[in-house]
Amino acid sequence: MAVILERSFPVEAGAFTTAGEASTTIKRTLKQLGVDAEVLRHVSVACYEVELNLVIHSLGGTLTLLVDPEKVTLISKDVGPGIPDIAKAMTEGFSTASDEARTLGFGAGMGLPNMKRNATEFDIQSTVGVGTTITMTFALGK
Amino acid sequence: MTVRDVMELIEAADITPETDKSREVSCGYTCDLLSWVMAHGAEGMAWVTVQTHMNVIAVASLMEMSAVIIPEGIEMEEPSVEKAKEEGITVLQSPLTAYEICARLAAKGLKGK
Repeated sequence: MAVILERSFPVEAGAFTTAGEASTTIKRTLKQLGVDAEVLRHVSVACYEVELNLVIHSLGGTLTLLVDPEKVTLISKDVGPGIPDIAKAMTEGFSTASDEARTLGFGAGMGLPNMKRNATEFDIQSTVGVGTTITMTFALGK
Repeated sequence: MTVRDVMELIEAADITPETDKSREVSCGYTCDLLSWVMAHGAEGMAWVTVQTHMNVIAVASLMEMSAVIIPEGIEMEEPSVEKAKEEGITVLQSPLTAYEICARLAAKGLKGK
């Protein structure tokens, strides 16, 4: 399907003060494209969670937004450290967030489950020492 | 109930005078874990939290909340206040505890989520 829009946002590891900026820009962009409010809400939640995961857990990465007439796709690709046990990471309440992140109110162990709940399709691939790629799609069909 | 009604009810100071106080509040909520709020937040919500950093505003804005309420006279950092004004999110600072704020809002008929 023809891509209408493609944008990439670099996300820096540990940059708590600017965390959420990519998500805010993505939400604004989709709103301008006339994306339905319910879909927008699902994308916003999942996008914020994946952006925060890059800030809290990764060594840095990129968030890519793709829009075609049928769906919105979000791809988060980082450069490590990778997730040793994906099933465990997907468990609600499980978190490896630092004390710094927890002090700020993160680390509830809700990030990945929130993404899965909000996306139409959710895929996570990870290799320790290489990195993690999360691909989420959100159907635009009425 | 509007944001202005909430403000008067909980004796709050309006630290974002630029934002719209006539906006309708749909429900009330209190929680300090941001991911939890992302999972359970709602449009038009008035959210009570002791967290005062920038990500509070990001969450409130992404969820299209009507107001963030900071209890017990806690000060919000200036960059967060600036961000709130930019995003059009009202921040209210109340001298009351989170418990008392919720009790007053509930007594006036504001529902939980």
